[in-house]
Amino acid sequence: MTLFDLSLNEIHNRLHAGDLSVTDLVNQAFQTINERDEQIQAYLTLDEEGALRQAKAMDERLSSGGERGLLFGLPVGVKDNMVTEGLRTTCASQFLRNYDPIYDATAVEKLRTADSVIVGKLNMDEFAMGGSNENSSFKPVRNPWNLDYVPGGSSGGSAAAVAAGEAYFTLGSDTGGSIRQPASYCGVVGLKPTYGLVSRYGLVAFASSLDQIGPITKNVEDSAYVMQAIAGYDAKDSTSAKVDIPDYISSLTGDVKGLKIAVPSEYIGEGVDPAIKDAIMSSLQVLEGLGAEWEEVSLPYTEYAVATYYILASSEASSNLARFDGVRYGVRADKPANLLELYHRSRSEGFGPEVKRRIMLGTYALSSGYYDAYYLKAQKVRTLIKQDFDNVFAKYDVIIGPAAPTTAFKLGSQVDDPLTMYLNDILTIPVSLAGVPAISVPCGFVEGMPVGMQIIGKAFDEQTVLRVAHAFEQHTDFHKQRPQL
Amino acid sequence: MSTSTYETVIGLEVHVELHTKSKIFCGCSTSFGAPPNTHTCPVCLGHPGVLPVLNRQAVEYAMKAAMALNCRVADVSKFDRKNYFYPDSPKAYQISQFDQPIGEHGWIDIEVDGKTKRIGVTRLHLEEDAGKLTHSDGGYDSLVDFNRVGTPLIEIVSEPDISSPEEARAYLEKLRAIMQYCDVSDVKMEEGSLRCDANISLRPVGQEKLGTRAELKNMNSFRGVQRGLEYEELRQAQILDDGELVVQETRRWDEAQGKTISMRGKEESHDYRYFPDPDLVTLHIDQAWKDRVLASIPELPDARQARYTSEYGLPVYDASVITSSKPLADLFEESLASTKDAKSVANWIQGELLGYLNANNLELSAVPLNGQKLGEMIGLIEKGTISNKIAKTVFKEMLQSGKTPQEIVEEKGLTQISDTGAIKAIVEEVIAANPQSVADYQAGKDKAIGFLVGQVMKQSKGKANPGMVNELLAELLPR
Amino acid sequence: MSINISDVEHVAKLARLDLSEEEKEMFTAQLSAILKYAEKLNELDTDNVEPTTHVLHVSNVMREDEVKESLPIEKVMRNAPDDEDGQFKVPAVLE
Repeated sequence: MTLFDLSLNEIHNRLHAGDLSVTDLVNQAFQTINERDEQIQAYLTLDEEGALRQAKAMDERLSSGGERGLLFGLPVGVKDNMVTEGLRTTCASQFLRNYDPIYDATAVEKLRTADSVIVGKLNMDEFAMGGSNENSSFKPVRNPWNLDYVPGGSSGGSAAAVAAGEAYFTLGSDTGGSIRQPASYCGVVGLKPTYGLVSRYGLVAFASSLDQIGPITKNVEDSAYVMQAIAGYDAKDSTSAKVDIPDYISSLTGDVKGLKIAVPSEYIGEGVDPAIKDAIMSSLQVLEGLGAEWEEVSLPYTEYAVATYYILASSEASSNLARFDGVRYGVRADKPANLLELYHRSRSEGFGPEVKRRIMLGTYALSSGYYDAYYLKAQKVRTLIKQDFDNVFAKYDVIIGPAAPTTAFKLGSQVDDPLTMYLNDILTIPVSLAGVPAISVPCGFVEGMPVGMQIIGKAFDEQTVLRVAHAFEQHTDFHKQRPQL
Repeated sequence: MSTSTYETVIGLEVHVELHTKSKIFCGCSTSFGAPPNTHTCPVCLGHPGVLPVLNRQAVEYAMKAAMALNCRVADVSKFDRKNYFYPDSPKAYQISQFDQPIGEHGWIDIEVDGKTKRIGVTRLHLEEDAGKLTHSDGGYDSLVDFNRVGTPLIEIVSEPDISSPEEARAYLEKLRAIMQYCDVSDVKMEEGSLRCDANISLRPVGQEKLGTRAELKNMNSFRGVQRGLEYEELRQAQILDDGELVVQETRRWDEAQGKTISMRGKEESHDYRYFPDPDLVTLHIDQAWKDRVLASIPELPDARQARYTSEYGLPVYDASVITSSKPLADLFEESLASTKDAKSVANWIQGELLGYLNANNLELSAVPLNGQKLGEMIGLIEKGTISNKIAKTVFKEMLQSGKTPQEIVEEKGLTQISDTGAIKAIVEEVIAANPQSVADYQAGKDKAIGFLVGQVMKQSKGKANPGMVNELLAELLPR
Repeated sequence: MSINISDVEHVAKLARLDLSEEEKEMFTAQLSAILKYAEKLNELDTDNVEPTTHVLHVSNVMREDEVKESLPIEKVMRNAPDDEDGQFKVPAVLE
């Protein structure tokens, strides 16, 4: 039992009562980090000095009765692809190993406005490309439930840090499953919001039409709190949605009576571990017991999602990562003979194999003569995949399935085969392509490793997603389990 | 050399910097001449994580320009990424427009040798400018300044309807005038706010298939465009005459050497991998928006030219010279508030004013002249206060000091002497001092009177009313 | 669609990447496999399907033409690998 097992309200009550200080909370974070991170390897950069300085100022504010933000005093970690001014941001890439950002991401600004305390930057797959965290160019993150296993990715550091109590909550980013899959593997709650709900300004772009920032938390209530703080229109992001932000916290009513749930046959069929299917089925029974109804449906274009995704995401990435050229920031190869060599060597030395692979794939797909066959074709299939969801959501409130076809796998067991690795994302990718929100909540264990249930909602209907997840959580205790560390 | 057996086909690609206050995708200033990299921010420096937000004014300027060039403005337009690596391009892609430009299917009418010809405008699209590269000592390094990066540009592509270097220049001058009238750009070639590349090819007269073209770059003045194309026209004719093949390549106009030089080998084949920019959303341009922009377009050069000939009776040539530049045309019209003599104003503008500006390599904006002053000066001539000759002195002084003609005339005592008594005194003095000329004149040598008038003018420092001097001489020296 | 080493070399050049012989071979095999898998999409008739660039139907997002403060030069240059007199320095660009 640590301070981080307290609920947000309990923490705020204690802070208010003077039983607890922000400095205590920050010290708790660093104590856990010091004890555990050598094993977990969730953090790439820590800012103990800055965090303690901020904590001290906040404690003074607390005692003088000053205003307190929604996330007051909570020690948080931020995935290392969101820029933090004055705090190194690397994207877990050698290319940016010394990058000192000159501005704050909007989501980071919002965390600061809400008075949370950033303790450090979290490990990830390089440039968010990967599903195991083995693509970090610094060190792999380990799964707190079993250190021989991967935490998932690409927000592996974000998920593992929460599971290991190394942060009260964290921010991750999700392009094709990068929040939901590691949350599932690490037994925590990960929400990928609707595309456009959280500003992408300051999120180092992987695939701009898919990237979204979201919270990774211990429970659904915390997820609602973080969403309340980070969601909202941002004039700096042209793709940010001008929507009113509802009260996510008050949407956690526990009531799912009459809720219509669709369960896609494609999400529980071939390729999905039967034990995971069982966990989902038991979870559906829990919801049924609460008055919800479920039916099996079909999302027929699911099988085309992975190919569509890898074409689109890699194409966008090939362009997004072109700015890493060694001219204005990042590493520059030593003594290049000429400009061309500067580009070639800086990029080749700075990027790891998975990043190169995707840049190659994307460059090829966009190159002269292939655009229509690959990129345009994939954009059209994306339309069909989105229609799949529109069709189901015309009749159902949410879609439920697993967040991943398996539980976490062993480190090093899959890295040689990119295509197999890509196919692991089959259950999260369609949701990303459709741009709709989805959460992964702990719903069981298979051989000691956590299983996540994915609850998918209509665009901008995070309230329902959170309500269902919360109701489920109230009647199960998977989220209360902690790894033995 | 036999260019006459060939037909020249030219197409121009013109870039015009729009004079918005801020850049196209961020709030940095677009003003010219700041210390390097001081007009930059994370967005225009292409830092990780930044996103572009489109400047509405840039879109409206582009729409305005498109309409002024008779383009059809798109209902739906979008932005695409043009991917290429170059140190002046911070994102390693330029945000541009590929298949849905702001404007298409326009035209410009030009006049060459008194004939009007219509040149098609294929498309007009909006994009961002690049930074500026300079070479440091020794030529081993280049330095990059990103102040200019993100300045909004429109690229205007002509149809290959241009048949001579002279037409190319006329097209470019007309295009500049239209942009100037629309007030969307400073259109200064020397500052780079107007840039021109050209495609040129030759084919035997009567042949339908186009010849192999060369792309011409680095023509930094109107004269340079014409000269570069003239050189290239001759070069290609020579190659064809020799029975050889023109190589498709990019060539650089070298102003100093007066020739075009192949850039072969210094560029690679491009594959720009255009795709829609996912960071920017579609532009829907509805009729109401188009109407609003259309209403903001002032009278354009062709319309003004027509009005000057019909309303003021100016010769077509005069009207076309004056309307070729908006400031000149505005000056012309302002002057007419103080004088009714439009032809006289036109003469002063084309003669003295343009002569002075050209001789001193100045823009009109660089001299403290306005229409009121010019009109007043012509008014003084009309009233007989100053002579035409004195007016030239007054005009020069006006251009230099910015004083009003009245002030100059008074300060320098240039008022024409029309007082009979005063003139008579000088005339009598001159008669007394030049008995020989007087005798010659009286003996019938008409020429001698000219000398005597000249002497009077000299003594009066040019201020004596010449008509009165002649009258008085005739009166005092009866024959 | 299968691709060969020279395709990989061409693409690497476009992407400004130097690849070792080993990498070239690996990428040739892997990209071929991925592209072969992507051929799956050709099973679908998409002639009358509009492409999706944005899942959100947002249009005409623009800002007003207002000048905002630029960065101090110290921040602009903070991460510069090489610079001179407030400018970024690179090996000579040929003209």
